[in-house]
Amino acid sequence: MIRLMLFLSGTVVILFLIALTAGPADVSARDSLAALFDDSYGPLSLVMWEIRLPRALLAVIIGAALGLAGAAMQGYLRNPLAEPGLIGVSSSAALGAVIAINTGLAASATLGLPFAALAGALMGVFLVMALAGPQGGSLTLILAGIAISAMAGALTSLVLNLSPNPFAANEIVFWMMGSLADRSFVHVGLVLPFAVVGAVILLSLGRGLDALTLGEDAAQTMGVNLKRVRLWLVLGTASVVGGATAVAGAIGFIGLVVPHILRPLVQGQPSRLLWASALGGAIMLQMADIAVRLILPSRDLKLGVVTALVGAPLFLHLIYKTRKGLV
Amino acid sequence: MADAGPSRVVSMNLCTDQLAMLLAAPGQLASVSYIARDTRASAMADEAMAYPINHGLAEEIYLLQPDLVIAGAYSTFTTTAMLRRLGVPVVVFQPANSLSDVRDRIKKMGEVLEREAAAADLLAAFDRQLAALDIEADGRPRAALYSANGYTSGPASLAGQILEAAGLANVAAELGYDRSGRMPLEVLAMADPDLLVGTTPYPRASRSEDILGHPVVRHLAAQGGAGQIRDADWVCGTPHVLRAVETLAQERRDFLNRERSE
Repeated sequence: MIRLMLFLSGTVVILFLIALTAGPADVSARDSLAALFDDSYGPLSLVMWEIRLPRALLAVIIGAALGLAGAAMQGYLRNPLAEPGLIGVSSSAALGAVIAINTGLAASATLGLPFAALAGALMGVFLVMALAGPQGGSLTLILAGIAISAMAGALTSLVLNLSPNPFAANEIVFWMMGSLADRSFVHVGLVLPFAVVGAVILLSLGRGLDALTLGEDAAQTMGVNLKRVRLWLVLGTASVVGGATAVAGAIGFIGLVVPHILRPLVQGQPSRLLWASALGGAIMLQMADIAVRLILPSRDLKLGVVTALVGAPLFLHLIYKTRKGLV
Repeated sequence: MADAGPSRVVSMNLCTDQLAMLLAAPGQLASVSYIARDTRASAMADEAMAYPINHGLAEEIYLLQPDLVIAGAYSTFTTTAMLRRLGVPVVVFQPANSLSDVRDRIKKMGEVLEREAAAADLLAAFDRQLAALDIEADGRPRAALYSANGYTSGPASLAGQILEAAGLANVAAELGYDRSGRMPLEVLAMADPDLLVGTTPYPRASRSEDILGHPVVRHLAAQGGAGQIRDADWVCGTPHVLRAVETLAQERRDFLNRERSE
């Protein structure tokens, strides 16, 4: 376990350095890193501090948030298909964010945008949990997720279509696919409090989730208050997903892929998986964000495209494996 | 003069709206597009209030019973094709990409409306104003055009031509942009332009225009002191572009004065 965590942390750090040196501006890795600590580089220091550093930080924060949320939801629902993006939590958060931007709430209140996204995410998690029921049967979970995703996506598109701003309609893609391009420290400041609060809540659920692997009755006899676990799970997930979606749009599949890959490495223990998935999520989003900059640097390739290309086949594989349970 | 030229003209494009309003005889222009009333995009929003508006839909335009429809190159093809099928003559105007294109479009609009005399007057005034601008040749500060989604405009675009006419060198040209394209924020920052010419954002925020509030853009704008001066005058190839050139030339003079005093 310790070796795994060290390996994951080391990878996060290495990818962070690569992320800082990858970009359309043609400068050497050494110069760009030196410019972080030295103002004499002129515009390069500006590029490093205001463009690359916030982007790299956001990839770590948001990736960790999404990985953690996926691991927590899968642990609670005991279903490997639960993922904030797939079951509509991210799209409802995006709906909240879009409403906040279009009503002017985001401009008038400092934390208006992330709070609105959090409210949207809260609705999404609540609806999914209510529709899927406490057992979280695969079929109902996925159907509920599809319904909520479609509804939230349609409403997001509607709000953007009705906006008097001619650019708004083109942004449907951003809210559905997510991107970290051209974000600044303002956005880091917006997401950080929500990610930290949500992460603390979700990480504290480890013991309860471990107990749940033995079944609900066993967990209850072990003194786990299932209603409390459920409430905190809803709040924690909404907080991390809401914050992440408010600044980066709905990035899917990270919460699905990462826990799936790491589960065997932590012997399927949810409390360990929470920590490992947070680091794994940071790694996956960083890799995706480096990839979009290296593959098509001039096109603003959306993050969600890359994560979906990796995640969707895995999703199919999981469905295939759980097919017996679905019928 | 009653039987001279088309008598019920409908324009369905922002730029042809403005040219038509400048040149049409009283009563000749029956309708302009709804965007002509949008102060953010239209340099003649007040004038447009006097005309009924259309939304560029075949049905409403046909019901106006026009004897001529003027469309832009980007008007929906299906709409203009349907109008033609219904027997309505449609004239399509290409967008202007240079100041000489502007002269050309004025002339063409004069011909289409059979208002050649009015067009000749407008052209003469345009040439007079252009000559009066008198941009001194020395010192060409480097300027970058930057708008929503990080788009910049190169020398082969109308905005790029406005920039050049105002006596500025276009950073996009240095970097090999010809018309317009996305310029990554990093590249813009590294190019370090003297003046940053941004657009005025639309009301109701959008993420596309968020980029104009990015610390890097704000820093560059503060450094050069130009900022969000690009407005409706820049959008269409009409004589109003000269106002844009004039505003920009003033920014250039201010910049050169500041530089000399330093």
